[in-house]
Amino acid sequence: MQPGSVYAIKEGKDVVEQHTLSILVDNEPGVLARVIGLFSGRGYNIESLTVSETEHLKHRSRITIVTRGSPAVIEQIKAQLGRLVPVHRVIDLSVEATAIERELMLIKVRGSGEHRSEALRLADAFRARVIDATTESFVFELTGKTDKLDQFIVLMQPLGLVEVSRTGVAAIARGPEAT
Amino acid sequence: MTRQMTGAEMVVQALIDQGVEHLFGYPGGAVLPIYDELFQQDKIQHILVRHEAGAGHAAEGYARSTGKVGVALVTSGPGATNMVTPLTDALMDSIPMVCITGQVATHLIGSDAFQEADTVGITRPCTKHNWLVKDVNDLGRILHEAFYVARSGRPGPVVVDIPKDVQFATGTYEGPARVEHKTYHPQVRGDQSAIRAAVEMIAKAKKPIFYTGGGVVNSGPEASRLLREFVRLSGIPITSTLMGLGAYPASDKQWLGMLGMHGTFEANNAMHDCDVMIAVGARFDDRITGRLDAFSPGSKKIQIDIDPSSVNKNVRVDIGIIGDVGNVLEEMVRLWREGKHSIDAPALKTWWGEIDRWRARKSLGYRQSGQTIMPQYAIETLYKKTRGRDTYITTEVGQHQMWAAQYFGFEEPNRWMTSGGLGTMGYGLPAAIGVQAAHRDALVIDIAGDASILMNIQELSTAIQHELPVKVFILNNQYMGMVRQWQQLLHGNRLSHSYTDALPDFVKLAEAYGGVGIRAEKVSDLDGAIDEMLATDKPVLFDCRVANLANCFPMIPSGKAHNEMLLSEDATDEAIATAIDEEGKALV
Repeated sequence: MQPGSVYAIKEGKDVVEQHTLSILVDNEPGVLARVIGLFSGRGYNIESLTVSETEHLKHRSRITIVTRGSPAVIEQIKAQLGRLVPVHRVIDLSVEATAIERELMLIKVRGSGEHRSEALRLADAFRARVIDATTESFVFELTGKTDKLDQFIVLMQPLGLVEVSRTGVAAIARGPEAT
Repeated sequence: MTRQMTGAEMVVQALIDQGVEHLFGYPGGAVLPIYDELFQQDKIQHILVRHEAGAGHAAEGYARSTGKVGVALVTSGPGATNMVTPLTDALMDSIPMVCITGQVATHLIGSDAFQEADTVGITRPCTKHNWLVKDVNDLGRILHEAFYVARSGRPGPVVVDIPKDVQFATGTYEGPARVEHKTYHPQVRGDQSAIRAAVEMIAKAKKPIFYTGGGVVNSGPEASRLLREFVRLSGIPITSTLMGLGAYPASDKQWLGMLGMHGTFEANNAMHDCDVMIAVGARFDDRITGRLDAFSPGSKKIQIDIDPSSVNKNVRVDIGIIGDVGNVLEEMVRLWREGKHSIDAPALKTWWGEIDRWRARKSLGYRQSGQTIMPQYAIETLYKKTRGRDTYITTEVGQHQMWAAQYFGFEEPNRWMTSGGLGTMGYGLPAAIGVQAAHRDALVIDIAGDASILMNIQELSTAIQHELPVKVFILNNQYMGMVRQWQQLLHGNRLSHSYTDALPDFVKLAEAYGGVGIRAEKVSDLDGAIDEMLATDKPVLFDCRVANLANCFPMIPSGKAHNEMLLSEDATDEAIATAIDEEGKALV
């Protein structure tokens, strides 16, 4: 039985998977609204969303979306995305390729004494860079997989975490070919 | 072909270049420059409606009955928001429509100007695509793209929103020849290996069935012809959705009638028991499948659809073929002939034997006795009296719609216009106007209910003005019959607000609009009254007083499977009150 129908009486027992989708779109007004409107309108999840123009001359953008759902829902999400008129291609990086995923985070930590030096030591261990400092605070820049960033936030919490800004996941396939 | 002209001139020129002959619209401040251009030409006929929703549904009826793109023109703000229902309706039923909306001048956008609305924002989820044109030099290209997107692949509605200053501005017009779409190229030809596999699966079947939908009609007359050829070649029984009626002739012996919630006993049971199901341009809607985990449990399923998102959406299929129905059927018929395939004859005979036993239940039976007109009898009589004529039927939404689908026989595609997916009351009259505009000499009948017809009754005025002699055949039971039926099924017969206490006198109403009103109250009046309607050369409101409490059967109660139908003969008050269990009550 498939979800998404009024007659799917019982909850589906399908396993929920996480997929990273790369969506190549024409960079026209409203294209992002179409994509996210599709997700909200049809009740799909967005775990992470990244968008930026990637080929200026061709007027093309890449939207990277991390989503969760049963295999049937993921299949439906891809088909629905493919139906949008300005969408060139939908690539499921979790299936069609071995992909590398990275996220960038800026994180502000405020403290003094032992907390301040501990924050700096941990930042060093995580290969975070200090991009702003005052006598009582740091802003660290940290790049990595989502769980690494999550872990760093957990560590900074008792050391004076003030606020966080994250880009969301950017992803690309390994190897010499374009996807 | 490039030429200098104003934006408003471009709109008219683009419509002419696209072969548009009829346009349904309503003027207003933000489209006055376009209306000024329309005034100065005579290639396109503009049909003035009385409410923008009427323009949208008329364009839908026009499109559905001709296979061409329907076009509507409305102003900004309320003009555009009134189009939301027809656009959604067209999206659900895959009707090609181009809707041109006026917008406030570009420098006013975002300022909450008079009659400003975020039209592209509002219509984004109810169109296939939409555009806000900010530069007059893009307008020609966008208009031609709009027609291309509306009619290509799975057809649908599009909106082109044109600010008033763009309509006045002068720029370069790009003709249709130069437009090639950057991204939108739907797959028309089906995958060869999938088609071969499907043909072999069909050839090995013992209990096959064709389940066809609106996609066959959308694909064009050739698809219907090929479907008929394949069905006759193979000897396989065929049923269809509400939207697919007419693609296969209802008078043929292989026709099982419509399937689904109010489908026939034989169609639904054959779907349940089949071993190979061939879904052609049909999307396994919940009105069709009933309870999904009990839907045709033993069958292998083949699905042909031009929209990849329709395949495996509600029901997983064994072979999905993405492509145009006509194209794929042509290939299937070729392979079937080439391979000299045939269904195992004894198996097919046994299968038809089973089907005949289901047929023998006569699930569309009803009892007409006395002088009270049964609604089913009214439709059957209307059908008998119009057979052999060049007839188009539209409907509103409710019991009358189901009775029309059950008791009116359709022999050809594009003859049946109904709001299937969205279920829009008020669709039928404006849709009939759209049909009549395209087929001036045809007989166009809106089979209506007394509640639905009041939702867009103002369009009778449109019909009078444009001399479109549509016939509105109202099955008047003074109830919102389908609402009442569900209240009986779900809510202990508490008929909350489903009775209309103050219906107008439809005969006088017709006369007030300048049309003709006819009433039939007794069985003995019916034949003569219908003859009178058919002989009338003007729009007619036919007030057919029918049995008030008749219900629509057979029925798959919500949450039940195809083989758990409730038949008319078993539908006692008790059976109706308990037909739907607790789980099913939450469903629609």
